[in-house]
Amino acid sequence: MSVITPERPAQSKQRKPKAKLRRFYPYFLIGPAAVLTLVFLVYPVGSVFYYSLQHSNVTQPWNDGFAGLDNFIAMGSDPLFWRSLTFTLQWVAVEVGLQFIFGLALALLINKTFIGRAVARSLVFSPWAVSGILTTTIWILIYNPSTGIGRYLADIGIGEYGFSLLSGSGTTFWAVVLAEMWKGIPFFAILILADLQSVSLELYESADVDGASTLRKFLSITWPHIRQAVIIATLLRAVWEFNNVDLLYTLTGGGPAGATTTLPLYVAQTAIHDRDFGYGSALTVVAFMILTFFSLVYLRITKSKEDDK
Amino acid sequence: MTSLLPQTRPTRPQTGDNGEYTNRPLSPLKKRARRIDRILTYVPLALFLIFTLVPFYWMLLFAFRPSGSTSLVPWPITFEHFETVWNGSGFGIYFKNSLFVAVMSLLTSTVIALLGGYALARFKFRGKTLFLVAMLCTQFVPGAMMLIPLFEIFNAVGLTDSLWSLIISDTVFHLPLSLVLMSGFIRNVPVELEEAAWVDGCTRIQGFRLVVLPLLKPGIVAVGSFAFISAWNNFLFAIMFISSQDQFTVPVGLSYLLGEFGADFGALAAGGVIAIIPVVLLFAYVQKFLVQGLSAGAVKG
Repeated sequence: MSVITPERPAQSKQRKPKAKLRRFYPYFLIGPAAVLTLVFLVYPVGSVFYYSLQHSNVTQPWNDGFAGLDNFIAMGSDPLFWRSLTFTLQWVAVEVGLQFIFGLALALLINKTFIGRAVARSLVFSPWAVSGILTTTIWILIYNPSTGIGRYLADIGIGEYGFSLLSGSGTTFWAVVLAEMWKGIPFFAILILADLQSVSLELYESADVDGASTLRKFLSITWPHIRQAVIIATLLRAVWEFNNVDLLYTLTGGGPAGATTTLPLYVAQTAIHDRDFGYGSALTVVAFMILTFFSLVYLRITKSKEDDK
Repeated sequence: MTSLLPQTRPTRPQTGDNGEYTNRPLSPLKKRARRIDRILTYVPLALFLIFTLVPFYWMLLFAFRPSGSTSLVPWPITFEHFETVWNGSGFGIYFKNSLFVAVMSLLTSTVIALLGGYALARFKFRGKTLFLVAMLCTQFVPGAMMLIPLFEIFNAVGLTDSLWSLIISDTVFHLPLSLVLMSGFIRNVPVELEEAAWVDGCTRIQGFRLVVLPLLKPGIVAVGSFAFISAWNNFLFAIMFISSQDQFTVPVGLSYLLGEFGADFGALAAGGVIAIIPVVLLFAYVQKFLVQGLSAGAVKG
């Protein structure tokens, strides 16, 4: 009290300049975040757009300068671009699809009441906190042909000795998908669980009184409630699976023979390894436009469905 | 006093796992339905747990059993691999560096998110939508592509090969999530509480410090921990911006162990265990705040 009362007259005296100052409060508060975003996010993004229109290749310094749309035209006849794009779409579709199915199942499961639920939750969610490179470390230990799980399975008669899942032509894709799912399912489940917990239990009780089946309850109560969260979660996961390079880069290096190279991984190879920054930037701009277009279309489709109801 | 006891009973009805009352005998049909329901819970749950935990166990197995052993239990237990990576490969230094980066990212992220989150939650101002859209758009650009422009910026200000370049980039890349989470938490504190404090003569800052901040503890714990975890885990920036070995972080150390020809699996696993301990401990603790934070409306934006 003693601190606050003497201040009051001073405050009323200064009211006019203070009211003016008050308009700037939000800008002071958002200032640090805005400055950091501008310098370290917006500026780099802007420079990527700028360089996409330039020839900029460290190995060809004589060739620098304005390129117009050359970089974009070059993409049309670049088989590596088309292959990485196809693989990216396949990768995102399979990962998000599987994570959706298992993540939703896990969220519904872990939302039930049972003994040891808190412990079970901590355990099944824990891969979420594991980094991409650590995921690689763990799955390399599992997949290695000499002392991995394959060897022990071969001991009991499943599969053959010395088979490397990560270099077999048909198995690499699914081996990487499994490793990524290990990390992705908990992430998806966490996003859905947050919403599941806010479903009113009374709705289920009255449905029970009416004798509704489990499926009926899911379709009529649970699904409408979590639909919005599912839409956001799938979108977030799609963008993330599209962009993230840690796991693929360290687990397969994009191989064997470029078979698991996503578009961002190809960008990294072009810009950092081959030092062709102009072309790498153009590839990034295309990736950016694909993601933006996809997000807008996805949100539009899911939204118009809601309006129909 | 005794008359109070029966009154308290109806408030705590005994419920089964379907939420139905169990104080009356169940028909055999219901009993069967319940048993099926229980099987449908525990069997898939056990499968999920196996899928989650076997990989962790596999790493522990390699880290604690002597090299060359093919036993499925880490016995006799050995710490030789930890000795190798902690002293031989320099994980002792990497651990210290990672800890510094992660703790500083935690502090900067929390402070910036508190300020910005308060502005987003409590004020309407020009450019708010633009700010949010800009944040969202930056999420569509692959981090790999930001490396070169960022490297140029850090080079210009003399921060290359410095742990501060990692602290700054980790903070910035994590900022959209920190801000959205924090503003969700702040929005959940009723504005009336603050208004009451102003009426009592508090300034906005006093009101925030005395009324809002104590209620924000779960939010601060959640935002801070996520900043810590993502900084601890970051690999891409660390491998690009840091070149001297005494500035390496744990993920960079791991990638060098992975890259060695004919990798020493025991040492690799021990490095993995060192990398995982801080995040998994922290995650087990904050996991409930995470779910809480997202249901605070962050998912719905």
